[in-house]
Amino acid sequence: MTDSSDRPSRGGDGGEGGDGGDGGDGGGGGGRRSRYWWLVGLAIAAGTVILLAPLASSDPDGLERVAGDQGFLGNARDALFSIIPDYTVPGINGNLSTILAGLIGVALVFGIMLLLGRVLARRKR
Amino acid sequence: MLAAIAAPVTGSGAAPPQMHAPDGFLSVPVALVMWAVTIVVLAIAVRRTNATLDEKAVPLLGVMAAFVFAAQMFNFQVVGGTSGHLLGGVLAAVLLGPWAATLVMACVVGVQALVFQDGGLLVMGANIFNMGIVGTLGGFYLYRAIAGVFGGEDRARVPAAGIAAWASVVAGATCMALELAVSGTTPLQLALPAMVGVHALIGIGEALITMAALAFISVTRSDLLQAGRRTVGRGVGEPAS
Repeated sequence: MTDSSDRPSRGGDGGEGGDGGDGGDGGGGGGRRSRYWWLVGLAIAAGTVILLAPLASSDPDGLERVAGDQGFLGNARDALFSIIPDYTVPGINGNLSTILAGLIGVALVFGIMLLLGRVLARRKR
Repeated sequence: MLAAIAAPVTGSGAAPPQMHAPDGFLSVPVALVMWAVTIVVLAIAVRRTNATLDEKAVPLLGVMAAFVFAAQMFNFQVVGGTSGHLLGGVLAAVLLGPWAATLVMACVVGVQALVFQDGGLLVMGANIFNMGIVGTLGGFYLYRAIAGVFGGEDRARVPAAGIAAWASVVAGATCMALELAVSGTTPLQLALPAMVGVHALIGIGEALITMAALAFISVTRSDLLQAGRRTVGRGVGEPAS
């Protein structure tokens, strides 16, 4: 398609600004060329947890429903250990517990993928 | 899963709250075979990602994992007192390429099982396969094929991703039904229509969220679509267009 193959695809070419020659989006703060655009993405994920997770339907999901209908829900074995079971932080009640659990999860997976990505991006063949 | 939120309020002795398959749903041999398949795919994903990942795309991996985790907490209502949630595999693959997206999905499902006790440990391989790999590889190449028919990724990205997202949910549910049947948990003639039926509806939610997210990104950060394809998506061993 429109891949401009004349541009070096990698090799530390002067930061994020090297990408995408299209116009600015006026997205507040540092704009799209900011080094910290990923904070906006992280904020969207956190916003999803804070605004939507408490509104989540408590009805059984697809698999759980089928398991209930077909009588194998009881096959489920308890977890060997439990850290933050059922997306509720132990000792805290209500929506706050769910939101906290969600934010912990968001931070965890973000951190893990950042570390893994760093390792994989650096160690080139 | 989120039955736990309502439970303290209503005091109802609901079924064990969960959304991903817990241990006990699949037989040990089936679970182990699925682990083996998943480990092989993950090993390939690590190698491919290592070969192609641009350092500038690394934060996008983290953001994608964060968004998928967050979105999976939001169970939306479908008919008949049943809910469903986003899987996100096709969305991640369109943005990151199939291999990096596979790692993202494995990370999310792994953290859900290990930290949040959502999904069993023995069946984690099956969960990563059904909810991750089916979408990031199968869904992604279906997306590519559909986009190709309708004039390329730039023109048909959103609708192609929507169709692939729906198909990935139905395909994942089909895999789960097969695994349940081979495990002897429930007969295929019961499991397959039930799983496919309810997930055909849940898949509509998957398609809508996937299309909305891609439309939003193409308006606000269209360079990410290019960057994802040029860096992470390249070198996946297939023709560049």
